[in-house]
Amino acid sequence: MCNFGLMWRLIMSHGAHSLGGRYRAWHHKGNDRETLVSKIKCVLIGSGNIGTDLLYKLKRSDVLDPVWMVGIDPDSEGLARARDMGLKTTDEGVDGVLPHLVADGIQIAFDATSAYVHKENSDKMNAHGVFMVDLTPAAVGPLCVPPVNLDDLSETMNVNMISCAGQATIPIVYGVSRVQGVEYAEIIASLASLSIGPGTRANLDEFTYTTSSAVCEIGGAKKGKALCIINPAEPPMIMRNTIYCLTEGEPDQAKITASLMEMIEKVQQYVPGYRLVNGPVFEGNKVGVFMEVAGLGDYLPTYAGNLDIMTAAAARTAEMYAEKILSGELTLVAEAI
Amino acid sequence: MSKSDLHGRKVICHDMCLRDGMHAKKEQISVEQMRSFAEAMERAGVPMIQVTHGAGLGGNSLQHGFALHSNEEYWDAVAPVLSNTVMSVLLIPGLGTMDELRVAHAHGVGSVHVATHSTEADTSPQHIACGRELGMDTSGFLMMAHLNTASGLAEEAKKMESYGAQTVYVTDSAGYMLPEDVTEYVGALRDTLDDATEIGFHGHNNLGMGIANSIAAVRAGASRIDCSVAGLGAGAGNTPLEAFVAVCDRMGVETGCDMFALMDMAEELVFPMMDHIVRIDRSSLTLGYAGVYSTFLLHANRLGEKYGIPPRDILLELGRKKMIGGQEDMIEDTALSMLKERGDQSAA
Repeated sequence: MCNFGLMWRLIMSHGAHSLGGRYRAWHHKGNDRETLVSKIKCVLIGSGNIGTDLLYKLKRSDVLDPVWMVGIDPDSEGLARARDMGLKTTDEGVDGVLPHLVADGIQIAFDATSAYVHKENSDKMNAHGVFMVDLTPAAVGPLCVPPVNLDDLSETMNVNMISCAGQATIPIVYGVSRVQGVEYAEIIASLASLSIGPGTRANLDEFTYTTSSAVCEIGGAKKGKALCIINPAEPPMIMRNTIYCLTEGEPDQAKITASLMEMIEKVQQYVPGYRLVNGPVFEGNKVGVFMEVAGLGDYLPTYAGNLDIMTAAAARTAEMYAEKILSGELTLVAEAI
Repeated sequence: MSKSDLHGRKVICHDMCLRDGMHAKKEQISVEQMRSFAEAMERAGVPMIQVTHGAGLGGNSLQHGFALHSNEEYWDAVAPVLSNTVMSVLLIPGLGTMDELRVAHAHGVGSVHVATHSTEADTSPQHIACGRELGMDTSGFLMMAHLNTASGLAEEAKKMESYGAQTVYVTDSAGYMLPEDVTEYVGALRDTLDDATEIGFHGHNNLGMGIANSIAAVRAGASRIDCSVAGLGAGAGNTPLEAFVAVCDRMGVETGCDMFALMDMAEELVFPMMDHIVRIDRSSLTLGYAGVYSTFLLHANRLGEKYGIPPRDILLELGRKKMIGGQEDMIEDTALSMLKERGDQSAA
């Protein structure tokens, strides 16, 4: 899964030293890092629902500093908000920010555009030694659900956040599979129509494929399926997720329930509105869990928990990498631009 | 009696027995039954029949039930007995995918209903374009039409037309619409869409309006009507094909279908294989009255029994919460929440 281009390298070790290449992004040595920089500078690519909601999350971060937002529509509301919050913006797409990456010391990029253009965006960022957090369903880099596998992610310059439905459901699938084998897991995400932007709407197949495969790869199910429903009810419905697992053999109800409760608490640490509504319901070897996700109401109102769980997971993942960069454990390198 | 104003109009009847009817059979129709139905409909001159899991491509799931056989097995059983009749599928983006549509096409499927909720047409551009690229007869299918306004639905229909849909359907998934609603909605589409774009109507008989609504649709400009023999379909069933053909014959509307052959099929093939008589009962009538997705019927009946809550109460609550097609998981969730509330009340 790791997307290592030939033209650049990534070193992940204490005291990384001199590396070939024309430009070395950053290299901090332990003690003086506080005086050099206290936050890692970031660029947000995409000024739609997800990108704009993410901006609010990054503004609150202790280690991330959003300095650029990239869009393609000069009238974008997201770009206007970013400018109001003091960010530099361009409406010329990724190419509009490339000349500024080095000068502005950008080290982490978030891509909230679409699966189709992600690879190109990622290659351009990586070539400049910028680490990519992918919020599209492109799945170029390793998949990440923070409470499940954040600590296991190793050498990569691109990490993928799967989908909002993946972030909301995979902790539950994993909560079952870590205590008992799961033959099959199925997740159903119901999303408020107002919270789904044009990119997601036009690319539902990618959403379906990426989420289904992540239910297996990260959730630990042998087979997986993802369903997505967009509901236009007024007032808008809060994001709902139903997770069904078919266990190998009769489910151990007590163990599974305890494991699920612990996973839910872990997610609540970064998404406080993540809540068990009903279940777990045991029927034969089927385990049913009915969840909802209320958002913080940063960009869209609280019904859009799908934005929050995605952006909060992306921010948390980026913070982990930022801390490693700040401690000198990770050095990002660009070569042969 | 005077001659009908519709005399000489042509309508394409599209049978739903082997797709919507799968809901009424809990997805348990055998390949032999599929083949015998298809043979009978080919003989009766039915121009189009839909053959898939009740929820369409990708439907096999815990959410929608696992069919007795894969879609591929059904198509392979049905395709060899068809020569003039075209086989179609349902594809709901978010559930089915373009890869599955390509597989369907390779197995002899010639037409597709690409379905979205009545306000969400913009989730369908890839899938409609894919149908056209494959050379399939491609329809947009706007479900739960009553949850949009007539002009709103026409806007969504226009989007589907712009993606390449050759036909756009007003789909009364809840069997909620009355003939005057159908006249208004189909009329709005007719006024908005290009003349070359056909309009379809898909009804459910939950309020007993299946045939009246279908005739209203034809009068307002629809040229494709979804029906099913003996009404085998979700809720109180679809518009019964044999009865619709009889009414069309009386009005001089040309369907090309053999009414007597369809009557015989209804009596000899379809009724004997029903698990329950598909009819207007208190649950299916509640669907139509409250505007609830017809497929919710059997789930509500089963869960009502499991949790000791009248299915009608569950259906009314689902209508109040504005749940739409595809949210079958919310039926159990709603039942559980109602159980908690009722428990709290009795404890208090």
